[in-house]
Amino acid sequence: MIPAGAETSAMFNLAWWLLAIETVFAAILVIRLRDIFKAALALVAFFLGVVGLFVLLNAEFLAAVQLLIYVGAISILLVFTILLTRDVQGGNTSSRFRGLAMVPVLFLVSVVIFVATTTDWPLLQEAALLPPVQEKVAEVFGNSAPWIGGLLVREFVLPFEAVSLLLVAALVGAIALAREP
Amino acid sequence: MVGFQHYLALSGILFGLGFYTALSKRNAIVVLMGIEVMFNAVNVAVVAIAKYLLPFSLAGSVASGGEPAYQFLLTGQVFAIFVIAVAAAEVALGLGIVLAIYRARETVDVSQFTLMKE
Repeated sequence: MIPAGAETSAMFNLAWWLLAIETVFAAILVIRLRDIFKAALALVAFFLGVVGLFVLLNAEFLAAVQLLIYVGAISILLVFTILLTRDVQGGNTSSRFRGLAMVPVLFLVSVVIFVATTTDWPLLQEAALLPPVQEKVAEVFGNSAPWIGGLLVREFVLPFEAVSLLLVAALVGAIALAREP
Repeated sequence: MVGFQHYLALSGILFGLGFYTALSKRNAIVVLMGIEVMFNAVNVAVVAIAKYLLPFSLAGSVASGGEPAYQFLLTGQVFAIFVIAVAAAEVALGLGIVLAIYRARETVDVSQFTLMKE
């Protein structure tokens, strides 16, 4: 766990900026690389950068889940599909909407940055919490896995079961679609 | 000093890059990769919200003096778990559809996917 007060240290800031540059650079490489296989490898680098960001955000359980599911499973599935289709080298081409697609993207990014910087967020560290409450908050973030488990089977049990059903339906559907007719 | 706004801005930029990938690419697999980038950007945002923002349950209980509902501090992380599960379902189904169309049409170019028109 990231110790309390470490967010202000130079090491934390350096780690954050390195991960931010790495994720943005990897996401740009997914767009720029001509070889689809190399683009998939850049996507793996992007997923690993997000793992680092989760660790900096005190979400170790999510970092492990991200590593197992994205880096482990989803990227393998993508590489598998890439190798089953043809035109891998030089296949990552842009459509004729390349210029037009910039318009909604730039609009969206500028709106998100404007809202993020101008809104008066109710920050946890600025709230006037009593010392026992602050200790408990630090304990929840320091040992998050049992608390996440409790949330999943109590407060969020209906969405949890719905997601289970969705996963089963999607995987059976994927098998039905992908097998030889 | 890095704070909440930095995470939201980074998340917005990553979402924009994924959105651009999904909109501008010909290859259906790369479009799916762009959608994965968008899912991850949203996950970074919700986990940052869970860490930095004061949940309503905690703010209300501090004002009224009752026992706070601490578990809602992690709502954002639970949301991220649901997003990851839905993304896994989406990518399995999406790649299944891409493979099925590739078998029928010998292409993965999204501008050639005109099965519905014929």
